[in-house]
Amino acid sequence: MKDTPGKPAPVTGATLEEKVKNARAQLDAHVREVVRWHFSPETGTPFWLEKAKTFNFNPLTDVNGWDDVKKFPIFEDEWLRGGPVRKWVPKGMADRAVYVFETGGTTGLPKSRIVIDDFKIDYEMMSDTLPDQYFPKGSNWLMLGPSGPRRLRLAIEHLAQYRGGICFAIDLDPRYVVKCLRERKVAEAQAYKDHCIAQALTVLAGGHDIKCMFTTPKLLAALDEALRNGKLEDTYRSIGKPVPPGGLRSIKSTGITGIFSGGTEFTPDFTREAVEEMLDNGEVYMTPTYGNTLMGLACSKPVGPHDGYKISYYAPQPRAVIEVVNPDNFDEVVPYGGTGRVLLSTFTKEFFVPRFPERDEGEREKPFEKYPWDGVSGVRPFAKLAGGTVVGVY
Amino acid sequence: MIQIPALRFGKVYTSMDKATLVHHATSEPVAEVSQVTGSMIARDLGQMERAHKLLASIPVRDILAMYKKAADYFLNATLPCGDAELTFDQYVRNLSATTGSAMVFCDRNARKVQYVLANIEEVIAGLTRGLPVEALDAGYTTSTGRMQAFYPTTDVFGAVLPSNSPGVHSLWVPTIAFKIPLLLKPGREEPWTPYRVLQAFIKAGVPQNVLGFLPTDHAGSSDILRLCGRSMAFGDDRSMAPYKNDHRVEIHGTGYSKMIFGEDQADQFEKYLDLLVESIAANGGRACVNASAVWTPRNGDALALALAKKLAGVKPRAWDDPAAEISAFAKPEVAEAINNMVEDGLKTPGARDVTQEVRGTPRLVKEGRIAYLLPTIIRCDSPDHPLANKEFLFPYASVIEYPQADVLKRIGYTLAATALTDDAGFIAECMACANIERLNIGPLPTNRLTWDQPHEGNLFTHLYKQRALQHAPRAAAGV
Repeated sequence: MKDTPGKPAPVTGATLEEKVKNARAQLDAHVREVVRWHFSPETGTPFWLEKAKTFNFNPLTDVNGWDDVKKFPIFEDEWLRGGPVRKWVPKGMADRAVYVFETGGTTGLPKSRIVIDDFKIDYEMMSDTLPDQYFPKGSNWLMLGPSGPRRLRLAIEHLAQYRGGICFAIDLDPRYVVKCLRERKVAEAQAYKDHCIAQALTVLAGGHDIKCMFTTPKLLAALDEALRNGKLEDTYRSIGKPVPPGGLRSIKSTGITGIFSGGTEFTPDFTREAVEEMLDNGEVYMTPTYGNTLMGLACSKPVGPHDGYKISYYAPQPRAVIEVVNPDNFDEVVPYGGTGRVLLSTFTKEFFVPRFPERDEGEREKPFEKYPWDGVSGVRPFAKLAGGTVVGVY
Repeated sequence: MIQIPALRFGKVYTSMDKATLVHHATSEPVAEVSQVTGSMIARDLGQMERAHKLLASIPVRDILAMYKKAADYFLNATLPCGDAELTFDQYVRNLSATTGSAMVFCDRNARKVQYVLANIEEVIAGLTRGLPVEALDAGYTTSTGRMQAFYPTTDVFGAVLPSNSPGVHSLWVPTIAFKIPLLLKPGREEPWTPYRVLQAFIKAGVPQNVLGFLPTDHAGSSDILRLCGRSMAFGDDRSMAPYKNDHRVEIHGTGYSKMIFGEDQADQFEKYLDLLVESIAANGGRACVNASAVWTPRNGDALALALAKKLAGVKPRAWDDPAAEISAFAKPEVAEAINNMVEDGLKTPGARDVTQEVRGTPRLVKEGRIAYLLPTIIRCDSPDHPLANKEFLFPYASVIEYPQADVLKRIGYTLAATALTDDAGFIAECMACANIERLNIGPLPTNRLTWDQPHEGNLFTHLYKQRALQHAPRAAAGV
């Protein structure tokens, strides 16, 4: 499949220092372009054109690079609740087909984000980081994750198609799971998880030659548990199919070779457990990612025992930027290794989000060759907010 | 700082993320405890069928001999505790340090665990109602003159344990003697007793792959209760609510234990004051078998005042003071929250804190980073008052005046009740009362337990079911 237009050029440079410098220059130029797009009367986004009337600066002339993004007020995700959703569609893209993706929504209005091509670009960039050995081109995928108005549902399907495969999906409503857990209906949540896993087993038993999978840590563990308990073998028997010699009691035995996974539940301990105990000591490859509907997705540095299974994420700069900041002063970036709240900015022609405080915290990571800009490790729910967060299935 | 790993049925597991336990009084780190996930638990439980078969193949007499040795090791040996080795005294010190329970209570309760280990045969005889122990090898016995056959209900018994008192560990200790593999999820601040008992078992010869020590979080605990065929769990009414109708889970929740005076003894309450004080305040008043209410048909005011006078002299003492009578709250905010609950209750007319009136000082005492709650006797005018049927983690009791004729209809669920009466009619009513689990007749404190009798369920009948069994007569060999 052809690339979707809009992928940024790779950062060049002979040394890390040079790459860091070039990445910064690329970011500055990108920020200028995107801000002009969203605030120009011809192409701009109705929401931002209206908001600009309250600014004490002119985004068209006063924003010349990344440093000037601080001039924007902190983005409030409440702005995303309720309509009309068209206020987020840039005039320059008014004739394009628009998707709306939602996040949250267990109680009250969900937050909505419009998307045209961003999810395709993000996942094509992510695809370039996947090793073909474990994610063979042309192989089919299983999307064992949320369905409904979620970006992931379409994004994973696009990823599979971009790599020449076909994606199978299950029905999974994460809002229902969160509702069960909030109401302490543990057995009901478990029954729903079992229902989701049963759907996945049916797909795996269907002979579709699935080699790649997206899933969340909880669902990966649940699938592993079901396989170990012989549930896929039971599914084979129930459809009159012989169980292959050697059985079907591990993820490796199903033929899956690569897993793309995401969620803040990705702790070093879970990753180690997955690699050592679920994925045959790494024979099945797994790559964690950190993402959300607002940002896109951040790829991780290779994870393994060499680094204590530490997971460091890097945003798809210049389209998005992650900063780790002092939770009491978002203008202050913490020192490398320091702990702070994740502050996210998104700069695409479809969507402009300056300085959005995520519900997560982590440690600031240094740039490295592959991603010559700041990253974040140890991502977890922001301690001051964690009490109110119910983690469902992802 | 001691590093305590998880024991995954024969595999020692050290996690990267650990729970740090600190000394309640000094905040110095005492231990780091490795944690496992729910999915690890699920994976380990996949091995339990094999582990069960292994344990079942060991003659019960051999297992009982191991208990005797384990009892000795528990009390007298230096046993591994992660990367350290601890004597009994060092173990008690650490236990007190991280739980805030005074050393004197920890020592006393740990010895209850040792008692069950040492007297296991008597304990299982009680729980099986005198079944010959060999029946656990054969699955049946005819030695009583009739066929009695049993089958195990599970391959593993899971115990989700609390941190408040080591005495509760006596309840799961017989599991191995019943030939069922054991999974322990320790309370966050109390890994010490479960780990020490398992080490004593291992040293005595119990195979490691039938023993699990799996510290985990709330979600992991739920997985234990979901995946084990039989389990026990400790928690308050709210956290245990999802398991209320799950027969696989034996719930150990709030006790609401009570002292109940009969008409015939109500005027002689003064002779029972020491008994009442022990029932309410022994071991810091934190157990579910500590009395949290005293019901009497007469003299409620005088009884409350006399009790308050007895208890008002109790003072906070250091955790290692042998004269300690109450325990510290390692998290002062918990003490504060409990105190607020009592204060809120007192805003409803019809109740007064008699101890505070006698003592003249507040119930809540803060010292450094810790807090104490002083014993509290609340005189309630009616059993409907919000403070009449409450249980807290400190010596607390309401005093309620109510006619003997109706008292048993009003007391509600009662884990342990002591009926202070010689009235045969009232005793018969108590015997028939379905609200009472453990019944003491006469002057016995509610907290004095016999380990060979059921406590919120019978471990043997939880782990085994009786079945009908017949053997066809063998035909005589033809000639």
